[in-house]
Amino acid sequence: MIATTGMPSGTRPEPPRPGHRTPDVSGQQRTAAERTVRTLRRRRIVNRIMVGVMYAAALLAIIPLLLILTHLVREGASSLSIAFFTQPPAPVGEPGGGMANAIVGTLILVATASAIGLPVGIGAGLYLAERKETKLALITRFLSDVLNGLPSIVMGIFAWQFIVRPMGSFSAISAGVALGAMMIPLVTRSTEEMIRLVPASLREAALALGYSRARTSLAIVLRTALPGIVTGALVAVARIAGETAPLLFTAFGSQFWSLALDRPIDALPLRIFYYATSPYPEWRALAWAGALVLIGIVLVISLGARYVTGARRGFGAD
Amino acid sequence: MSEQSHTAAFDGSERQLTDRIYQWLITGFALCIPILLVIISLEIGRAGWPTFREQGAWFLFQSTWDPNNGEYGVLPAIFGTIVSSLLALLLATPLALGVAVFLSEFAPPWLRTPVAFLVDLLAAIPSVIYGLWGIYFLLPLLREYVAPAIRGIPLVGDLPIFAGPAYGNSLLAAVLILTIMILPYISAVSREVLLAVPRSQREAALALGATRWETIRDAVVPYAKSGIIGGVILGLGRAIGETMAVTMLIGNVAQIRASLFAPAYTMAALIANEFNEATGDHLSALMAVGAALFVITIIVNAIARWLVWRVSRGNAA
Repeated sequence: MIATTGMPSGTRPEPPRPGHRTPDVSGQQRTAAERTVRTLRRRRIVNRIMVGVMYAAALLAIIPLLLILTHLVREGASSLSIAFFTQPPAPVGEPGGGMANAIVGTLILVATASAIGLPVGIGAGLYLAERKETKLALITRFLSDVLNGLPSIVMGIFAWQFIVRPMGSFSAISAGVALGAMMIPLVTRSTEEMIRLVPASLREAALALGYSRARTSLAIVLRTALPGIVTGALVAVARIAGETAPLLFTAFGSQFWSLALDRPIDALPLRIFYYATSPYPEWRALAWAGALVLIGIVLVISLGARYVTGARRGFGAD
Repeated sequence: MSEQSHTAAFDGSERQLTDRIYQWLITGFALCIPILLVIISLEIGRAGWPTFREQGAWFLFQSTWDPNNGEYGVLPAIFGTIVSSLLALLLATPLALGVAVFLSEFAPPWLRTPVAFLVDLLAAIPSVIYGLWGIYFLLPLLREYVAPAIRGIPLVGDLPIFAGPAYGNSLLAAVLILTIMILPYISAVSREVLLAVPRSQREAALALGATRWETIRDAVVPYAKSGIIGGVILGLGRAIGETMAVTMLIGNVAQIRASLFAPAYTMAALIANEFNEATGDHLSALMAVGAALFVITIIVNAIARWLVWRVSRGNAA
C-alpha cells in the first residue's frame, strides 16, 4: 500500500568511496570521511541483519501453526470414520462410537446463540452507526469493548448463576445464552463499521426521494452493507463455535442424543476436552478426530466469511 | 386514484410512527449491552459476595487453597495467572512486533497476503485444540528434550527457575501455549497502527539518509508506540482470561514455586476445574475469583482500548 519498497536505494545518499576523494583534503578531513564510511557500512550491515530478523520472526510465527495443522491432520484423519459422524459415544471399554450427537449439539448451540446475538448485535450496530455521538452510543461502544474482552469462563459462571441455578439443571439454552452474549460485541462492532462505510449520499438520496427514515435505514443502508454484516456475523459464529469454557457449567455435555433446549447437550469442543484428558487411548484418538472436524467447521465458516465480501478481514483478531 | 391525497395525508403520521418504532427498536437493542453487563456484574458479585463479606479482599493474598479444610487463598492462582501471562507477553511481543513490521514494511505483496492469512489463522484455532496439541506434542517435547537440554547447560541448569522434576505439565508449558495464542492478537493490532502511520513520516526519515531499519526504529515505531502498547495490553487481557489450553497444560496445583518446570494454577483454570464439584463456601470463593478476574480484565482492556484509540485519533506522542 505504501510505496516504501523502491525508495531507500534512491533517496539514500551514496557513501563517499575512498577512491573518489579529492587529493588535497587535510588529514583531519580524511579521518572524518573514513569514519563516515565505516559508520555507513555498519549501519547498512545492521539494516540487513534487522531485515533478516523480521523475516525470521514471520517464519517463526508460522511454524507452530504448521505443526498444529500437520499433527491434527495426521492424528485426526486416521481416527475418522463413518461411525464418527453417525453414532453417539460408545460406553467406556467398548470400541467404536462417534461424536454425531456432539456435532448436532454444536449446531444447535450456534443456532441458539445466533438467534440471540445477531438481532441484538445488528440492532445495536445500527444504533451506533446512526446516532454516533449520543451519550448512550458512547457508553454502549465502550461497554461492547469491555464485553468483548470478558474471559469466556466468566461468561460461563454468569450463565450458570443466571440460568442453570434457578432452572435447577444444565441446559442447552443456558449455553446458547452464554455464547450469544459473547457474539453481541463482535456483531455490533462489525455492523457499525460496515454501515459507516455506506456513503452518506446514498442515505440522502433515499430520504430526498421521500423514503421514511426507517425504510431508508433498513431497505437502503442496511441492504448495501449486508455483505459486510454477513461477514462479521460469520466471523463471530466461527469464533464461538470453538468455545469450550462457557459450556463447562451450562451445556455440560451428554453421551446421548438430545435436541431439547432445557436439557444438557453435547458439543464438539466439550467432547474433545473430555476425551483429550481421559486415560483411554480410543477416546484420545477420537479427540483428535473431533479436533479435525471442529477446525474444519471453523475454517469453512471463516473462509465463507472472506468469500462473502472478498475483503481481507481477519478471523476476529482485532 | 381519488384516494391518493387521502393516503398521503395519513402517510405522514404513519411514517412518523414507523420511524419512531424503528428508533425505539434500535435504541432498545443498543441498551441491551449496558444492561447485559450490569446483570453480569450483579449476578457474579452477588454469588461471590459471601466470600468478600467474610474475608474481605484478604482472600486474594492468602496462599493456601484447600477447599476440603475450608481454606480459600487465591494467591497461588493469582501468581500463576500473572507470571504465565507476563512471561507469555515477554516472548510474544518481540515476535509479534517482528511479524507486524515485516507485514507492514518489508513483505513483498505476494508474500504479505498469505503470511497475514496464516498468522490470522492462529487466532481462529479453538483454545481446546491448542490444549490437545499441547498435551500430545508440547508436554513430551518439554519433558524429554527441553528439560534435559536446559539441565545440561552448566550454571544455567542449576538456576532455581529450572529446579525440580519436569513432568511436562508446568508453568512453562502454559507460557509457551499462551505465547502462540496471543501472538496473532498483538500482531494484528500492531500491523494496523503501523499502517496508520502517515507516509510522510517514513519519507522524511528516508530523505534524511536513514536506512530502512533506522526509519522503522526512529520514525515509524515511535509514532505508533502507544497503539502498539495498546495491542500488547489487549494480548495481556487475552492471556489472563485464557482457560482451556492453560487448564490442560499447567498441571493445576495451587502452589507458588520459582521453577518453570513446576505445575501451577491460574484463576481461570481454578474455576474451570473445580466449579462443577463446588458447593457452599467453595462455590462462593470460586465466584469471587471470577469476579476478581472480571475486574482485572476490564481494567486491562480499558487501558488497552484507550491507548489504541489515542493513536487512531492521531494525537499520539
